[in-house]
Amino acid sequence: MCTSLSDFHSWVIESAKRAGRRLSISGHAGLRHGAAGAVPTLVAMESPAVELIDLVKRYGGTTAIDGLSLRAERGAVTAVLGPNGAGKTSTVEICEGFRTADAGTVRVLGLPPGRSALRPRVGVMLQAGGVPPAARCAEWLRLVSRLYARPLDCAALLSRLGLTEHARTPYRRLSGGQQQRLSLAAAVVGRPELVFLDEPTAGLDPQARHACWELVGELRSAGVAVVLTTHHMDEAERLADHVVIIDRGRVVAEGSPASLTGAERQLRFRARPGLGLDELLNALPDGSAAKESPAGHYIIEGQVGPELLATVTAWCAAEGVTADDLRIERRTLEDVFLELTGRELR
Amino acid sequence: MTDSRATALDFTPAPAAAPFGRMVLAQAGAEVRATLRNGEQLLLTLIIPVLLLVGFSLAPLIDIGGGSRIDFLAPGVLALAIMSTAFTGQAIATGFERRYGVLKRLGATPLSRAGLLLAKTAAVVAVECVQVAVIVAVALALGWRPAGSPLAVLQALLLVLLGTAAFSGLGLLMAGTLRAEATLAAANLVYLVLLGAGGVVFPLSKFPAGMRPALELLPISALTGGLRSVLTGGAALPLGALAVLAAWAVLSLGLAARTFRWE
Repeated sequence: MCTSLSDFHSWVIESAKRAGRRLSISGHAGLRHGAAGAVPTLVAMESPAVELIDLVKRYGGTTAIDGLSLRAERGAVTAVLGPNGAGKTSTVEICEGFRTADAGTVRVLGLPPGRSALRPRVGVMLQAGGVPPAARCAEWLRLVSRLYARPLDCAALLSRLGLTEHARTPYRRLSGGQQQRLSLAAAVVGRPELVFLDEPTAGLDPQARHACWELVGELRSAGVAVVLTTHHMDEAERLADHVVIIDRGRVVAEGSPASLTGAERQLRFRARPGLGLDELLNALPDGSAAKESPAGHYIIEGQVGPELLATVTAWCAAEGVTADDLRIERRTLEDVFLELTGRELR
Repeated sequence: MTDSRATALDFTPAPAAAPFGRMVLAQAGAEVRATLRNGEQLLLTLIIPVLLLVGFSLAPLIDIGGGSRIDFLAPGVLALAIMSTAFTGQAIATGFERRYGVLKRLGATPLSRAGLLLAKTAAVVAVECVQVAVIVAVALALGWRPAGSPLAVLQALLLVLLGTAAFSGLGLLMAGTLRAEATLAAANLVYLVLLGAGGVVFPLSKFPAGMRPALELLPISALTGGLRSVLTGGAALPLGALAVLAAWAVLSLGLAARTFRWE
């Protein structure tokens, strides 16, 4: 039972971190130990799309990746979530072969990254750029497609991503969203087995974002493994089979979106800020928690049922306030994310 | 995004690289198109050389110390054209490709670095062919009468080839180490200095005697001098010029290979 807001907050963080650790360990305990000693045999078998074991990357004195382990399965969508500077892009760029790890094991489709044999098999969408500003949209896609033996039809792909009417537009004159879509098209045009998408929907309008999600869904159905980084929780929740939350270069939680958000439900409502929560907590059964975050937004966690609801409304009546916008809902991935990685701005 | 459902695409993985030759050809074609479409590049590779050729051959602005002005100028302008494409143009284009992440992105395609460099070389040679065709046509129209023996042409080709290698090495050395803006400035500056001091339009004999031995070691001087002696006099193989160019090629390509940063 927590009596103050800050106690409550640290309790949530601690328990979520415990849950996160439990999740990541229970998910892969056997594999980790097995994989470390059995890399050669993994190559022969159907290896995972990506396997990282105890990855370390330092830039000068700063440790960007600090013993990170993760596994992305084939034919599945793996979302890597994390605040700015958590090590997402570094991790992905090591897998893509653009950077080398300082320590740890990296296997991409069973091979060390950067192997020329991997190049046709892996599609890459950089976080930004990668296209000559003067190159025309269709020309660039055609050039990339001609580097592969059995590429997708460029015209169909452009049309699919709504770029047909911009086919002759130079890259620098495309909008940010159009540039992103062209980079996405170039990442998949060679019909890869695995694609890395670094923040694929950053800067996209809602229509383009949905089109991108649809495409990722189709890649998955076609058996392509997708590893994407994102800041958007709804994106991860919606697209990913497996979510990996990283912070300060380490995995803080991983699992399916459902397993991360858990079965726990919350009661949320809005009311005048600064209501005394102590009395409410006294009235609630043990194991419940209440917090106001941000001001005027109240969240009650515990055995959410008729009794709890009755207790809360009785307390509201005693305080002389009307609970506004009262909802019972599951925790979102965003809640989990903020609990794990904190609310401070980075 | 109105047509997002219109086209069915089969994303089933079917990964394989295109044949090496086709990849190189595709990339080289894209580079040639980019060069010919770029206004500043055209100014550098075609317009300035042709203007110099026409201007200095028609107006008696320079004293070449006897002989036909066009016979003196045409080889020099050919050398300048080679330098503008292999060195200046290539350095600037590659510098900005690095800055815009194009080299990085291409590094994630099946096109290997060797393939990319081969494509760049092929594109440079293709643009040089266009330049040589235009400049030779203009020079002939202005009354140029070069030594046209097969041997002279072969020797000129050898000089152009070594010159291209030397200037490409210098251009890539710059593009792979400096910031794109610094490359832009430095490549233009070097172009101007070498244009002035490399015997392109001003004969080296006009410089103080003490400077001449040093100037003759510049790659541009070796190329202009070599081309001039082969195309004007039909002289024997200009071994000195070839040696200077070969030395620059080995040095600059070697250094570029060691220092080039792709990102």
